[in-house]
Amino acid sequence: MKFDIDRLKEIIDTLARNRSRTLLTGFGIFWGIFMLLLMLGAGDGLKAILNKNFEGFTSNAVIVGAAPTSKPYGGFKRDRQWEMDLSDIAAIKALVKEAGIVTPMYSDWRSEVSFGGRSYSANLKGLDYEYSKVETPEMIYGRWLNEVDCQQERKVCVLGKRVWENIFPDGDDPCGKYLKIRDMQYQIIGVDARNSSININGSSTEAVVTPAPLMDKLLQKGGKFEIMCFTVKEGAESQVMQEKVKSILARRHTIDPADKHAIMVVDTKKIFSIVDNLFKGVNILVLLVGLGTLLAGAIGVSNIMMVTVKERTTEIGIRRAIGATPNMILSQIITESVGLTVIAGMLGILVSVGLLGLVGKIVSMNPEIGPVSFQIGFWTALGVLSLLAVLGILAGLAPAIRAMNIKPVDAMREE
Amino acid sequence: MLIELKDVNKTYQGAQPLHVLKGINLAIDRGEFVSIMGSSGSGKSTLLNILGILDNYDSGEYRIDGKLIWDLSETKAAEYRNKMIGFIFQSYNLIGFKTAVENVELPLFYQGVSRHKRHEMAMEYLDKLGLAQWAGHYPNEMSGGQKQRVAIARALITKPDIILADEPTGALDSKTSVEIMDLLKELNEKDKMTIIVVTHESGVANYTNRIIHIRDGVIGQIEENSRHDAAAFGSENGMLK
Repeated sequence: MKFDIDRLKEIIDTLARNRSRTLLTGFGIFWGIFMLLLMLGAGDGLKAILNKNFEGFTSNAVIVGAAPTSKPYGGFKRDRQWEMDLSDIAAIKALVKEAGIVTPMYSDWRSEVSFGGRSYSANLKGLDYEYSKVETPEMIYGRWLNEVDCQQERKVCVLGKRVWENIFPDGDDPCGKYLKIRDMQYQIIGVDARNSSININGSSTEAVVTPAPLMDKLLQKGGKFEIMCFTVKEGAESQVMQEKVKSILARRHTIDPADKHAIMVVDTKKIFSIVDNLFKGVNILVLLVGLGTLLAGAIGVSNIMMVTVKERTTEIGIRRAIGATPNMILSQIITESVGLTVIAGMLGILVSVGLLGLVGKIVSMNPEIGPVSFQIGFWTALGVLSLLAVLGILAGLAPAIRAMNIKPVDAMREE
Repeated sequence: MLIELKDVNKTYQGAQPLHVLKGINLAIDRGEFVSIMGSSGSGKSTLLNILGILDNYDSGEYRIDGKLIWDLSETKAAEYRNKMIGFIFQSYNLIGFKTAVENVELPLFYQGVSRHKRHEMAMEYLDKLGLAQWAGHYPNEMSGGQKQRVAIARALITKPDIILADEPTGALDSKTSVEIMDLLKELNEKDKMTIIVVTHESGVANYTNRIIHIRDGVIGQIEENSRHDAAAFGSENGMLK
């Protein structure tokens, strides 16, 4: 039987007959869809916010730090502070084929930097040009360190955002100007505005970055540093690489291989996967709760349709007496159920999409977070819509079969 | 013969099987105006249900226009009812949330007639029964007589072979009853419509040309009543109201 204006009118007529009941029944479906989509959207939005924090940080980085030993070993007492040096980098590059980039991080906390009478206590970092593959800079002025800067040990520096804001409060382009760091002049080559929640050795907004070899020399570090950053080669196991690096460092620095504290390892992949799993869990929970609510709504529809069919026994009997076939009655009841479910559900989609849009807008207004979408995907909406249709059919099935089995004689007996 | 029943039997199965129709033989020709009369429990309602293909019979033969009505699927039965039979009920059986014209249209809706055509025909029939200006009204806004006329329009709209009227005046006052019976009589005389009225009122039966008495599941006397002198409306034993 085709669907046309007549069918639509039939549905509207019957649904409009008992308005408050229709509204209450529809509300069950509306609420189910509304909650489901709202929670899905909120989950996606929160995930987007969290991911924003990780933005620019490569997901396959491993950071190794030197910490005091926790076990006496090879004649050394415990609590010995050790340091990595450049020969470690050479050894690791030679022995660990899983390692991509291996780069040192020199740091000097609370270095006074100044320009034109303004000064700021920044975190001086000595980095290699390759470090940009671990943490992608977001340059708002100029450029980041390059290979030549490092090779020639140029006296150049890149400012972190907050350093720049404090020393150049007017927001001027500082490139080409000379920043004074520890009585020495460094030419400013760029400003990095990266502001992320993943930071190694202090926030990048507070940092002044100079070439690593230069810093090594000027601060007389003697090739020693506390932090080393790696990337894992495509297809290689991060865990395997970590173990190899650890054993090399332990051997070279006489650290007990069983010492769990001396060599600190941070695996960004692990952090990312924790977040990923967390949101997978959240999504499963949301789906369970949302679908449960929706199912309760559908059962409500089925129940009410059952009552309606019972109430309408006479009417259905009349229809059968004047020529409606059982299939016509069946499809009528099912379309009513689908109609109610889909209309209520679409309202739910509309309201939740509207609300999610609003939440997204409000959250995006926060400069700390920036533009974030809380919206559900198009395919999610489409999937939910087809789910609604299926639920409608299922909810209408039992009442429709009951209606179909009403004999015209039953209707007349009813009186 | 338009309607032929041969030895039709019907038993209601239950804790105590009830043999309601015990071998009904009946023939009604096209264009006849017949009444089936009997008291309650006589089996007349069962007979009506069988005539209207609303119910099955256990044995025997029932033919409409030569077509054997036996072991029909629900779909086929619905189609026959829709095309061959027009029903008029004691309680009108209009659908309350549909207007008069929508009620009249309904059988055509189930035939798949287009909306426009359907509406046009329904208006034509309502007009014929003097209800054109009531087309947009709902059943609860109309009097009993008007409702029954809407029901008659609905019965007529498919141009059926038979009109089956089950106590058509049962819920009406005597004045309106006379109007409705006059209307049925006119339909029979002018349009040559075959009409079967089931009633327990002799006053109603008196309008028809043949009165078939049914008692305890068998056909008793068949009265030729072309002179309409069996019992008049309002007479002592006519109206049972």
